[in-house]
Amino acid sequence: MDTSRKILHCDMNAFYASVEQAERPELRGRPLVVGGNEELRHGIVLTASYEAKRRGVKTAMALWQARQACPDVVIVPPRYELYRRYSMAARRIYYDYTDLVEPFGPDEAWLDLTGSIHLWGGDVRSVAASISNRIKHELGITCSIGYSWNKIFAKFGSDHDKPDGYMEVLPDNACDLVWKAPVGDLLYVGPATEHKLNHFGIWTIGQLARADPALVRRTLGKPGLVVQAFAQGRDASPVRPLDLAITDTEREVKSVGNGITCPFDVEDVRTARQVVWLMGESVSQRLRQLGLMARTVSATGRDFRTLACHSRQARLDRPSNITTEICSLAASLLVSDWDFRYEKIRAIGVRASNLVPAMRPVQLDIEGVEERRLRQRALDESMDELRHRFGNHAVRRASELLDPRLSGLDPERDHFTHPVSYFA
Amino acid sequence: MDGIIDRRKHYVEVLSETDVEGRAKPLEVIWDDGTRYKIDRVLDRRQAHSLRTGGTGMRYTVRVAGRDTFLYYEGPRWFVEAKVPPSYLG
Repeated sequence: MDTSRKILHCDMNAFYASVEQAERPELRGRPLVVGGNEELRHGIVLTASYEAKRRGVKTAMALWQARQACPDVVIVPPRYELYRRYSMAARRIYYDYTDLVEPFGPDEAWLDLTGSIHLWGGDVRSVAASISNRIKHELGITCSIGYSWNKIFAKFGSDHDKPDGYMEVLPDNACDLVWKAPVGDLLYVGPATEHKLNHFGIWTIGQLARADPALVRRTLGKPGLVVQAFAQGRDASPVRPLDLAITDTEREVKSVGNGITCPFDVEDVRTARQVVWLMGESVSQRLRQLGLMARTVSATGRDFRTLACHSRQARLDRPSNITTEICSLAASLLVSDWDFRYEKIRAIGVRASNLVPAMRPVQLDIEGVEERRLRQRALDESMDELRHRFGNHAVRRASELLDPRLSGLDPERDHFTHPVSYFA
Repeated sequence: MDGIIDRRKHYVEVLSETDVEGRAKPLEVIWDDGTRYKIDRVLDRRQAHSLRTGGTGMRYTVRVAGRDTFLYYEGPRWFVEAKVPPSYLG
């Protein structure tokens, strides 16, 4: 096991709430929640400030619950553009110390200092202090930093000294620090996995590290062995730098999707189709922007009563990023899966996966199908161009105008990239 | 500092000069009423957060009429930490 790497994980504390407090001094020291729009039924806590967390407000709680827990809580709507600016500014600070920076969502990043630490006197602790200081003075927010020889333990360190902390997880103290912690504290051990492991008497990370691999494999399948290696500190995955010019947080696009919790429950086929078209349109638009085509399309609906998700997917006849092809397949998938006599849908999502580059040779046919597709593609491109120049509402489908409740939604603009999977 | 109760973030018009490295040098601040304040010297330039009014950006410490003050470049806008007189708060 190579323990000579020097990896930091920086995590900006209660990011959205901290940025709001940095921007608006009158909110400092007050219990603050950045939450979705209640009228549109996105009323959950996205981030709570430490003052609010201390009073029992938790992430993903409904806003009414947050108000119940903390009656004087201040709730503000999210301003993603602002958070993106702070996220970029933090990353620019990281780049002063190393070129190997791997963002993990807007508020977290790994830094590999192995090759550059000698430039800073060889002392990781002082580099961490300097990063933390700069984030405080230049951005007005705090961050927690974990240092270890691998990414998993570095993240563990930053998670365990919050806010504004620093924790070193080195070979001589890892057993004490990490192994005694509950197994759910390990990255990629979520509540379901934790529950399964608890069932077999595995409560701490140390117990997972020492468990019989055959048992782990039987319980969690192959990924279980990866998680067990994480617990043992045997994570050799490199810090993968990203090209800032290409994309903000995503490494390689595996799928493009968009979903929405509707402002009202969808109770008929026509409305369901409209929402699918709205989502599908933004998905295909993003596919075209990324220069990709999808082979598979999936549509998901969330039941209004049980909140359970039903998802269905199908392959397209040929790879496509044409709006009509993606939307009509997604719409038929969703509609076939729901019986509107008994059911209503609360949230709808469309996803395109199995992606291939758009620039590739096309097999022509004698029926002229490909010719029609070329015309469709040209139409889509013209609409993209109009939207690019005059905004997303410049050209709209007639179906969007049928229901005024849908016309205010702008899925393309509201899209925000969230952490991608570690395994991606 | 008589009569200053608070400060608030106030966006202003700025006349500036940009060198080949892309560094902006503010020359004049133009207030809402059209008054032009000439910047005599730029004393410091660093990325910083405004503790008094919130916000972050490239902070210029500038000397205007013998007094030192901060001017922030938030990209693409400039702001100052404007003084709030008692009358402003009613």
